[in-house]
Amino acid sequence: MKRFDRRTLLRGALTGGAVSMGLPLLDCFLNEHGTALAQGAPLPVRFGSWMWGCGMNPDRWTPSSQGPGFELPIELQALDRELASGGKLRDQVSVLSGFDVHLDGRPNFPHTAGLMGTLTGSLPLQDYTVPAPTLDTIIAAEIGGSTRFRSLEMSCTGNPNQAYSYESQSVFNAPEISPMAMYTRVFGPEFADPNAGPFTPDPRVMLRQSVLSAVKSDRDRLLQRVGAHDKDRLDQYFTSVRQLEQQLDILLAGPPALDSCSRAPAPGAESLGAEVGQSVSTNQLMASLLSFALACDQTRVFSMMFSDRISGLRQPGSSSQHHQLTHDEVLDPDIGYQPEATQFVFASMEAWADFVERLAAMPEGDGTLLDNCLVFAHSDTSLAKIHGITGIPMMIAGRAGGAVKPGVHVAGATSPTTRVGLTIQQVMGLNTESWGSRSMEATQPVREILT
Amino acid sequence: MAAALLLFSFAGCSSSNSTVEVDAGPVALRRLTAEQFARSIHDVLGEHITVPSRIDPDDRRSGLLAVGASFSSVTPSGFEKYEAAAAAVAEQALDASHRDELVQCLPATVTASDESCARTFIERVGRRLFRRSLTAEETDARVDIANHAANTLRDFYAGLELGLMSLLVSPEFLFRVEAAEPQPSDPSTMRLSSISMASRLSYLLWDSTPDDELLDAGENGDLVTETGLATQIERMIASPKLETGIRALFSDLYDFKQFDDGLVRKDSALFPVYTQTMVEEAKEQTLRTIVAHLTSEKDYRDLFTTPETFMTRRLGLVYRLPVPTASGWEPYTFPEESRRAGLLSHVSFNSLHSHPGRSSATLRGKFVREVLLCQDIPTPPANIDFSIVEDTMGELRTARDRLEEHVSNQACAGCHSLTDPIGLALESFDAVGMFRDEENGAQIDTSGELDGISYDDAVGMGQALRDNPALGPCLVRSLFRYAVGRDPEAGEEALLEYLDERFAFASYRVTELMREVALSDGFRTTSGPREAEQNGDES
Repeated sequence: MKRFDRRTLLRGALTGGAVSMGLPLLDCFLNEHGTALAQGAPLPVRFGSWMWGCGMNPDRWTPSSQGPGFELPIELQALDRELASGGKLRDQVSVLSGFDVHLDGRPNFPHTAGLMGTLTGSLPLQDYTVPAPTLDTIIAAEIGGSTRFRSLEMSCTGNPNQAYSYESQSVFNAPEISPMAMYTRVFGPEFADPNAGPFTPDPRVMLRQSVLSAVKSDRDRLLQRVGAHDKDRLDQYFTSVRQLEQQLDILLAGPPALDSCSRAPAPGAESLGAEVGQSVSTNQLMASLLSFALACDQTRVFSMMFSDRISGLRQPGSSSQHHQLTHDEVLDPDIGYQPEATQFVFASMEAWADFVERLAAMPEGDGTLLDNCLVFAHSDTSLAKIHGITGIPMMIAGRAGGAVKPGVHVAGATSPTTRVGLTIQQVMGLNTESWGSRSMEATQPVREILT
Repeated sequence: MAAALLLFSFAGCSSSNSTVEVDAGPVALRRLTAEQFARSIHDVLGEHITVPSRIDPDDRRSGLLAVGASFSSVTPSGFEKYEAAAAAVAEQALDASHRDELVQCLPATVTASDESCARTFIERVGRRLFRRSLTAEETDARVDIANHAANTLRDFYAGLELGLMSLLVSPEFLFRVEAAEPQPSDPSTMRLSSISMASRLSYLLWDSTPDDELLDAGENGDLVTETGLATQIERMIASPKLETGIRALFSDLYDFKQFDDGLVRKDSALFPVYTQTMVEEAKEQTLRTIVAHLTSEKDYRDLFTTPETFMTRRLGLVYRLPVPTASGWEPYTFPEESRRAGLLSHVSFNSLHSHPGRSSATLRGKFVREVLLCQDIPTPPANIDFSIVEDTMGELRTARDRLEEHVSNQACAGCHSLTDPIGLALESFDAVGMFRDEENGAQIDTSGELDGISYDDAVGMGQALRDNPALGPCLVRSLFRYAVGRDPEAGEEALLEYLDERFAFASYRVTELMREVALSDGFRTTSGPREAEQNGDES
């Protein structure tokens, strides 16, 4: 179908075209099939982060040799899985150890300093504050504009206030906590399956656009009445309005032609909360939905919080949560670690493996969806017992469309964790030459994982 | 900064002829909280509407959603949710069984646009939602949408739905605009405009959008006059909606939204009595107790000693008390042998300030210090040696045993000696607030002291708290912060001290305090719009 024909169809659908709206024009994205992604174009590269709380036991988590072919340490045994698409999961994941968060004399706010240093490149001056934008939002600002959702945020603890995607202290991207709600948002009535027959635009979508343009016309009147603080907030509001307009444009343009796209099956029963079984199951359901959403190019950026920085995960029947155990439980001198707390490290690494495995299970092009992803896993501490921020555990899964080499262990030798964030930005096509502030400023990417 | 003189003169208090100089702080847009969003919709469009509860989460700052609201914006995913909520609300507001009552006019035909009926509707409903009359352009834009959509979809009411949606997603609805203007008596100083005062009063006293009478007063300029303002405050305090305002204030202060959001979770194996329904009733019990106490003009401080409360049979199971009424609520007095009195012996507080699997004397004490007495407790230092609190031999059976290890260590003692003696008095209530004498087979010792006053148990601690000189002033400060949506400025400290005296003089009646705050220059004047937000970093 030619674009002219589709306009005619829209006019017809609107019985006289009474709505005085311009048609959505997305010429820069369109090919002659009117799809938002030109056929034959390279598959998009996606970025996502995956966070787990309260770290690991450094001696038991860190591989003993560097480079490829390292022996999996006990706390990374979860990566020793066979993939349905062939090969081992461990060969899809690089391990980054020995990268530090440097305080420069600033306080080590427990669980905040390590997280924010790694995700924003800056150290907070106050506890529980966000000093700079998180990595996912930096990347979404660059590559999130051509998809229906600029980014998708998810969390597995059932708390809509817990996640770590911030554009600033005041602009918090609240996560989806329910797989069913996530399914409805992405795959509800608005979703169009490119492989399910001809696309018919919904006339109500255009009417919704007219609602948004009325709101935008309120803008100037309102801006005259407020101060600088409020102008910033209103700018953010109107950015969000434009984002939804774009989302509606993309809906009207019809789905991108992607062979591996289909509507996700509805998720099964869900149980939300921070019992470890609940979080593990939510992570699996979300990962599965996400793999379909990515295959349908509904977004190219995501972030997932498996557990919060002060990990509230717990075992049913136990009086203590993961975080409490990391401080209160006896460090068994015979074995050298806290056995009950360490169960949560194992559970977290299994959940990470589940997540990556789901992305690897989605075929795409000549390989899998994971080949076209870069997923960054990290925690807020190394050894949580002492709120350690040296050797923050990090991993990178996927090949980022061929730019990244997985299956490698790199030891950071006390260089800042921001080198990983810098590497990610460069791989994702950003013109970033340095990232982070003060001694967290990184200028050298982690070349060992680049192809 | 603006300096303004404040003159108090209200009925019955002519003895206090005080003058306080106030340098009031800035104003800012205030995003509606989820609760205000829902309540405003119910008040304007109908109680029958189910308002989607998952919108952008509220930001809690300085311990109040009311303060966070002066900083929140709307994220892309948040706006997506607001738009979906607006569609759901508009559809219900104009459904076949409610449209006639709401629209109050009939279109010439239901299958096409009707400009005059649409205009009447948009103007009337728009004024309530925007908390001021719409400008001609604002109305025209909405009427155009309604007309075009009605003709496109061949349905007048479907068109009106889109017109209504465009009101509900507008920043003029989602944010309360607080506008400053020069004072005519001294143009170098600023006050809130009369129409901004309408919203400020309404959300303070009713936690909802102003009614038509208040908007009339705002648009007539009455709310920048002494008598006009006093008249509306009296009317509002006498209204049954004041109860909603009191509930909203204490729900925010006590962070009870956690109950609504289902975030107060307990281990079901350890605490089988604990269910979401039960804990929502526990929250309701506390709010009912507060409202009944305060609206009958009782002393605020006695909330922490009163055995009077309300009970359901389900709550009776947790309290292990007989409840005669089979279903619903009944007024109730804790018997002396229950060893409970005051809000801090309620299931709500003890559940909220506990972990999922165990009580927390530290969290409970921290709540009392920070929220009830307005004293800061620093966060723990990062690199402490936690091995001192490890239970190496399994001999630390009670919370007191474990916490005394903290107090014996210098790095920990500074804070734990402030919080723990309060919280340990509440150790007779487990993580869901059920009474217990023992923990792990050891007798629980609930004795302690609060700022020099000793007690044996939770009831005695409640009395010590009630008599603590910081209790009344802390509520003054909290109410002021709640009212103006920010922390007090240095130039407002004198006003707070004055309000402390007035509160004490009024025998700690909270409705009197609300009146005093609403009449004060801290509430009515401002330094002007807030400058750009400082983010804490980074140059």
